[in-house]
Amino acid sequence: MNTAAAWKVLDGVLDPEVPALSLVDLGIVREVNDAPSGLEIVLTPTYSGCPATEVIEKSVIDALEAEGLGPVTVKQRLAPAWTTDWISQEGRRKLREYGIAPPGAAGEGHTIRIRARHVACPRCASSDTERLSAFGSTACKALYRCLACREPFEYFKPI
Amino acid sequence: MVVESIRLRLTPLVQYRLRIADTCLIHAQRLGEWCGHGPILEEDIALTNLSLDLLGQARALLTHAGKVEGQGFDEDQLAFLRDEGQFFNLTLVEQPSRKASAHAPGGDFADLVLRNFLVATWLKALYGRLVSSSDAELAAIAAKALKETRYHQEHAADWVVRLGDGTEESARRLAAALDRAWPYTHEMFVRDAVDDAAAASALGPRRDELAADWQRGVAAVFSDAKLALPAATPFVSTGSNGVHSEHMGFVLAEMQTLQRSFPGGKW
Repeated sequence: MNTAAAWKVLDGVLDPEVPALSLVDLGIVREVNDAPSGLEIVLTPTYSGCPATEVIEKSVIDALEAEGLGPVTVKQRLAPAWTTDWISQEGRRKLREYGIAPPGAAGEGHTIRIRARHVACPRCASSDTERLSAFGSTACKALYRCLACREPFEYFKPI
Repeated sequence: MVVESIRLRLTPLVQYRLRIADTCLIHAQRLGEWCGHGPILEEDIALTNLSLDLLGQARALLTHAGKVEGQGFDEDQLAFLRDEGQFFNLTLVEQPSRKASAHAPGGDFADLVLRNFLVATWLKALYGRLVSSSDAELAAIAAKALKETRYHQEHAADWVVRLGDGTEESARRLAAALDRAWPYTHEMFVRDAVDDAAAASALGPRRDELAADWQRGVAAVFSDAKLALPAATPFVSTGSNGVHSEHMGFVLAEMQTLQRSFPGGKW
């Protein structure tokens, strides 16, 4: 039953760079195992250079231990590589509410299209938008603007 | 205080991994020099993001290479405590990225754009093959890095076209940048015993096997950029063998000074 409790706790641990999402919404928690030596959490990093990786590991351990679920070990798993397709429907809704356009489908082969078309504005839902910058405040986002409501917004890049 | 350098027990398969890791690491270090100097704010952010991805790839690859090497060196020891002769990056990435000239005292952005493009196109071809490496960990690192590299390559290609097919001035400067970079591209496709060892154990492709992919990718973008391919040159640079250009020592001095001065320092 420890694993069910752990999943619940992890659903309350927020991504430090996109605090609209929990780690579970983001799809980086791959497994929670109830091992004899304690809970083992398997995480998949998002980007190779994501500076949040270490912070996330620490917040996972802190959150679970604070709920009395320790001792906890965290393992990183590289394969299969994380994809934005693993962001949950709930996560996509939260992103939109937070003002970030959720990623389109990553798909096979065309993992990343630098000029994603029809990115809907998270504020007014118009798809009359344009890209301002291929990179945004974090590695995982690009900067867009809406030509209908004139507001800038960030787009979570599909990978 | 003198910190002793580490000495690796080199085997062809360790060197093969370090060639990739070091190319990412030194490329990231050079890109980082542009932080705060990009021509526009958006590009400044882009360059540091590219650098961050490459540094992340370098970290994973160095950690991996350290395990295979067998003396227990971690990513930091490998990055900061090796001497020049034990780095095996492509010579292209250690070239100064902000070399002053009469028209561009702070360095020419065209040099950087072009280098990003040539290297990203090469890494994309390489990672595309490494995803089926016989080493599961290397394959996993490559699968993740490939996604990022596709994005880098497209971004760099956009800029090559923008400058090449832009104004007379931008086209002239991009062409001059190409003349400077081109002699160093030969090294991306030479074949030696390290490549043969990697191919024999299905660890990864020989460098000469990447040539066709790379040339296709480069030619398509150069055609849009109205940029002519220079003639081949007989010069072959040798950074991949640990024999570097005169610039490498300066890169390492800056990159390693903190760990060499304050051994094991952390923050």
